Amino acid sequence: MQEETRKALRRLFSNVSGVLGVVLLGFFVVVALFAPLLAPPKSGRDPYFMPVVTWSADPLPPSREHPFGVAGKRDIFYGVVWGTRTAFRIGILVTLASTAIGLFVGSLAGYFGKILDEILMRVTDIFMAIPFLVAAMVLTTVLGTGLDKVMIALVVFSWMYPARLIRGNILQVKEEQFVLAAKSLGVSDFVIILRHVLPNAIFPVLIQASMRMGSLVITAAALSFLGLGAPQGYADWGALLNYARNWMLGGYGATFKYWYMIAFPGGAMVLFVLAWNLLGDALRDAFDPRLRW
Amino acid sequence: MRNGEVLLRVENLKKYFPLRAGVFKKVVGWVKAVDGVSFEVFTGETLGVVGESGCGKSTLGMTILRLVEPTDGRIVFAGQDITNLPPARLRLIRKDMQMIFQDPFSSLNPRMTVQAIIEEGLKVHRVVPQSKMREEVEMLLERVGLSRDYIRRFPHEFSGGQRQRISIARAIALRPRLVIADEALSSLDVSVRSQILELLRELKKEYSLTYLFISHDLAVVRQISHRILVMYLGKVVELAPKERFFSRPLHPYSVALISAVPIPDPEARRSRIVLKGDVPSPLQPPSGCRFHTRCPKAQRVCAELEPSLQEIESGHFVACHFPGCVTLEG
Repeated sequence: MQEETRKALRRLFSNVSGVLGVVLLGFFVVVALFAPLLAPPKSGRDPYFMPVVTWSADPLPPSREHPFGVAGKRDIFYGVVWGTRTAFRIGILVTLASTAIGLFVGSLAGYFGKILDEILMRVTDIFMAIPFLVAAMVLTTVLGTGLDKVMIALVVFSWMYPARLIRGNILQVKEEQFVLAAKSLGVSDFVIILRHVLPNAIFPVLIQASMRMGSLVITAAALSFLGLGAPQGYADWGALLNYARNWMLGGYGATFKYWYMIAFPGGAMVLFVLAWNLLGDALRDAFDPRLRW
Repeated sequence: MRNGEVLLRVENLKKYFPLRAGVFKKVVGWVKAVDGVSFEVFTGETLGVVGESGCGKSTLGMTILRLVEPTDGRIVFAGQDITNLPPARLRLIRKDMQMIFQDPFSSLNPRMTVQAIIEEGLKVHRVVPQSKMREEVEMLLERVGLSRDYIRRFPHEFSGGQRQRISIARAIALRPRLVIADEALSSLDVSVRSQILELLRELKKEYSLTYLFISHDLAVVRQISHRILVMYLGKVVELAPKERFFSRPLHPYSVALISAVPIPDPEARRSRIVLKGDVPSPLQPPSGCRFHTRCPKAQRVCAELEPSLQEIESGHFVACHFPGCVTLEG
């Protein structure tokens, strides 16, 4: 295993897009870690809420004091920096939870098969048939707004993808003779799944999870943009874009007058998603058994 | 050997696989992989099971171990009926019956070290205390002819023959009484094959094992078996002690199989019986005697009446209306 992993890492770092993904991701991690230094919060306040810096409702262009400008009375730079933490939190928590649920459901369906498989996969189908964004919107209105509610909605409507994937892989691995061998040794079903089936079926799921990490952040931002996600003033890229809603079309005769309202939070989002996708791609190449060397 | 204690008795064992089609997955037919097979294996013997591919011999092995559930029939192992044993109690029995699989590349988990592979069964059944585990695994490795330094390696670092040795070490680790070898030598080179065969023979003596040796290769089966069981389309057609089987086979199918084994003597003359066509589909087996479509001496009765397995001479069973109608001499 260790040697295997070392080889895979070597392949990962000999791949341009892989290196780019890791570097980008490293950049975001640094920004998230050093948020209190990059954008010091006012003492005594919840640092995740962007402080009000002006009384004018109009956006202000970038200046020495506010390098990314001001939107909705709040400093965009502060929002982008602290929003990185929010993005990581949403991405990691939702991906972990949905992957865990998906692994559980998919393993049961794939390993035990028959009627259990039939039931679980039809439930999965039903969840997949519902348009994701609409469903998430309905669920957040039912549960109430707030980031935690958004995360719940995202988990409820994204566990099906890892479930499907792991089920397919398990169906394939299940036929391998080492699974039969373990059975004939008297190993219990639970241990067979855990030790023999999952380790040989899980890599595609991890790669998919890395790719999903980015897209989940976009979806969460979309919900925030619609006003269903983060509460007023919360440091979140989607919430920042929400402030730009009324100014997007620009001023009279100056289409791009308020470009900074969209460019900075939007740019952060694009780079964040790109980082995860590049990493996912590179991981897939690195762990592809046909490319072993 | 005939008078030995019966270790395994299989009675009228059947394994049918349903063939489903349509929206409602209706069963449209049954593949009768094993169709009413009965035989006994005596303690200490090696019973060779031969037959063409698709005749149900692998399914037979897996059904005996209950890796696939039998459709009908009884499996009695060491005096205990294990046909309907609940999973928890079946797991205890598994210690006593092990399998060596055909494909050494698929039968070892690629993500486990040699040590983890071999000690797995020992851990499940708590045969060896944890402190002695490493020592035991090293001993097993050396016993199957591998270096004890391989203990930390992964399966992909080994050749086919070495992998099969690991597979054998895993099987004998639990000191089983019955070992089912399912085409255990088929995927190996000829030279490696004889080494592994020799190893199996040594282990048998050392651990007083009983083998059910499944193979399509009569030459290999002849070297290791005491008795030979021939299967055709899920049925037993002949069961006989080795010497008698090779000197005087009674079923036309057995004769055809033996005559197909090459003789390493260019001067030797022997009539070869070449069977016409392929094995018929087990989905719709022929009426009467299943072999009649390919039998050179088939009569009308063969197509109408199914012959039962009868003891013609002591210990020599055959399912044929005209036993001995085809002989090796032609």
